Amino acid sequence: MTAQVPAPPAPPALLRLLPAGSYAGRSRALLLRSATASRRAWLAFVSGFFEPVFYLVAMGQGLGSLVGVLPGPDGAPISYAAFIAPGLLAASAMNGAVFDSTFNVFFKLKYGRLYEAMLSTPLGPVDIALGEIGWALIRGGLYALGFLSVMAGFGLLVSPWALLALPAALVVAFAFAAVGMAATSYMRSWQDFDLVTLAILPMFLFSTTFYPLSVYPRWLQLVVEFLPLFHAVELMRGLTTGAVHLGMVGHLAYFLVMIVVGVTVASRRLDVLLLR
Amino acid sequence: MLLVVEHFWTWYRRNWRATAVSSVLQPLLFLLAFGVGFGSLVAGTGSAAAATGGVDYIVWLAPALLAVSTVQSAAFESTYPVLSGFKWQRTYFAMTAGPISPAQVALGHLLWVACKMAGAGAIYIGVIAVFGGVAGPGIVVSLLVAVLTGAAVAAMVTAFSATVENEGAAFNALFRFVVIPMTLFSGTFFPVDRLPGWVQPVALISPLWHGTELARSAALGAVSQPLAALGHLAYLSALLVLGVALATRLFARRLAQ
Amino acid sequence: MSGLAASVLFVADGLVQARGLRKRFGDFEAVRGVDVDVARGEVFGFLGPNGAGKSSTMRMIACVSPRSEGALQVLGMDPDVDGPRIRARIGVVPQLDNLDTELTVRQNLQIYGRYFGLSRAHVRAKATELLEFAQLTERADDPVEPLSGGMKRRLTIARALVNEPELLLLDEPTTGLDPQARHLLWERLYRLKREGVTQIITTHYMDEAEQLCDRLVVMDGGVIVAEGSPAELIERYSTREVLELRFDPALRPAPDALARLAERVEELPDRLLLYTADGEHTHAEVARAGFVPLSALVRRSSLEDVFLRLTGRTLVD
Ligand SMILES: Nc1ncnc2c1ncn2[C@@H]1O[C@H](COP(=O)(O)OP(=O)(O)OP(=O)(O)O)[C@@H](O)[C@H]1O
Ligand SMILES: [Mg+2]
Repeated sequence: MTAQVPAPPAPPALLRLLPAGSYAGRSRALLLRSATASRRAWLAFVSGFFEPVFYLVAMGQGLGSLVGVLPGPDGAPISYAAFIAPGLLAASAMNGAVFDSTFNVFFKLKYGRLYEAMLSTPLGPVDIALGEIGWALIRGGLYALGFLSVMAGFGLLVSPWALLALPAALVVAFAFAAVGMAATSYMRSWQDFDLVTLAILPMFLFSTTFYPLSVYPRWLQLVVEFLPLFHAVELMRGLTTGAVHLGMVGHLAYFLVMIVVGVTVASRRLDVLLLR
Repeated sequence: MLLVVEHFWTWYRRNWRATAVSSVLQPLLFLLAFGVGFGSLVAGTGSAAAATGGVDYIVWLAPALLAVSTVQSAAFESTYPVLSGFKWQRTYFAMTAGPISPAQVALGHLLWVACKMAGAGAIYIGVIAVFGGVAGPGIVVSLLVAVLTGAAVAAMVTAFSATVENEGAAFNALFRFVVIPMTLFSGTFFPVDRLPGWVQPVALISPLWHGTELARSAALGAVSQPLAALGHLAYLSALLVLGVALATRLFARRLAQ
Repeated sequence: MSGLAASVLFVADGLVQARGLRKRFGDFEAVRGVDVDVARGEVFGFLGPNGAGKSSTMRMIACVSPRSEGALQVLGMDPDVDGPRIRARIGVVPQLDNLDTELTVRQNLQIYGRYFGLSRAHVRAKATELLEFAQLTERADDPVEPLSGGMKRRLTIARALVNEPELLLLDEPTTGLDPQARHLLWERLYRLKREGVTQIITTHYMDEAEQLCDRLVVMDGGVIVAEGSPAELIERYSTREVLELRFDPALRPAPDALARLAERVEELPDRLLLYTADGEHTHAEVARAGFVPLSALVRRSSLEDVFLRLTGRTLVD
């Protein structure tokens, strides 16, 4: 048997901006690794799907009985469940991506010495960053698909635009995963993860997930409009209720900026952390 | 046993931030989001008043949040920290190498969790009062009830953790399939009868539902059905006794290895 | 003239070439100007005590640690530019095992192969072959965590061979192995050498270096203090034989008292070493001079003695 190790391809133009030798174009091998590893931890994998569904059933039915109907994004009244479902979809995209790119990555960085092994193969830090983010995306995408199916089952998808909610969820997840990974590369100990909770939980609660922006005083509205999850919720709510308008491109732009900044910082930091 | 508590206190003084976030800040954020934010959305609507029996939503919600956060931190404090005592830091083995018995380690852990819950709960009550969520002195009874509920849950979870051998993947499932549904389906944010009929029996076995009902009626000063209150109390006490019995036994077994 | 010709030849066939190689960690300089040439097909050793800078040098050669200064070529390429291409053709056994604990033994080999871009079918066949090589076929589908230290080591070494490397870097390959496992591994490494795989090995064990290495360098404090084949080094820095004497601490003579009996005397905490061409003869002279050791042992000089001579310290402390 003879070796047939293919030489890694030359990096695409965009990635030449990054330090030489940090990208071999093989992030897919990391996806394969994650998929193989998660076969043993399938329960944890599957459990991620249920959390937003529990929220939808409990809050949609229970809290909905206190609210009745609410004005939707275009002013037409919608049920409380239809109001919060897109919010929960956006929040679960965020949660999944952040969890994967912070806790899991930190563990591998600090204790697993897994990346060290990968770096002695042709893989470079950029492959690792993209591979890990990619896995978070696949996972997030599957959860989003599951949740959208549940929404459809409850009759909460009323517009064909809802089909676009899946790719939108992927964009949102990508953005949060990239920024989460960049943040993780600065963390020194487990205690710093309180800060992650401190960022995620208020966003989940206050980004108009459970009630419209109009309950806030004006100054607080401005703060909320600044949060990334707010843009995700707006995007999803517009798509699932069919209230689509041009301003939604602005929300997308917000996430594209997050993606570019996150990936760049994460790759550079991994370079510093891993190649010593 | 107090020695065990002291050990935890020493550790805690260095790591207070994590618990401050999870046991005080987290319920506070929920209170703001639902009590204040959501409360203002439903203020003055008939359907909300019908559900809360006429009191403000925040007043109705606050004692329930007290019970929820107590149960959540009780569950959390009894998972990874317990596993760590057996597996990573192996502090339990170090303790039982001296004059402390396994049962004392288990009880010491539970006592410590209870103290912490009581402390965090007291701070939290002060915060609620600032936001106008306290109706009267009955809230002190709510705190006792919340600690009882938390202790019952902590005992059961501690017993479970003593059987976990792997890296704690089981805890993930415990939180996602038991703790989170429990917080959502135990009448915290809305009365249980608003749920679909097939979910309602779940509430009956949930210790948090019993705790919430008790804590809420104490806070609102309206124990309308003394018999039901006794029932809740009995259920929680039974669970606590069962959990303690299981935990001490399982600690003894694992520490004998 | 012939020396020049030889060095030109080296350049043409050198797999690794370092000139003035340095590595700094903050203010601390772990490697302070190292020159190394490794030719194709040879087994090259780094010998040195803890902290000498062996692993730091190895990591630079493995293209996982950028050099701070100096020139380095591996397989004719510059690690700073062609890291991935170089790494595609080398195999690395790090000092500490870094197996993937979320995967089984077999998956560790297969997935690692996939990092090299090898096809699924290829890595499947290769994994079976390497499991045999590492004698882990029975444990193939077990998780990695419960394996014994020696088994993990063998798996790490097997993993490094998955891409059929031209150059194999082994950082203390046999640390933590029992004697039987060590000999097995030596045999495997010898087999690879016959197949033409160039190897660079670091070790604390003299017998290992003498068994395996064609050529080696002794490192200490980040610099190379000697270089040559094991036999050359022994000849240059030691005598043919060594007489080891143990004394009752109360009756132990000062080293100077024995100096005239041997070429050189080294004092260790528990014994005195007398370097001499003929150990038995020196032993007789020691007795004649009226010294009464508790025990005396004559042995052949080893790299350990070279090391002691060069650094004034024993190698394994
Ligand atoms: N990442 C790092 N950051 C800071 N210092 C380091 C780092 N890696 C190594 N060093 C230091 O560099 C020196 C040389 O270390 P190195 O690991 O190369 O030694 P070694 O010869 O392999 O020793 P050993 O035989 O113990 O493995 C040591 O003093 C070590 O503390
Ligand atoms: Mg080393």
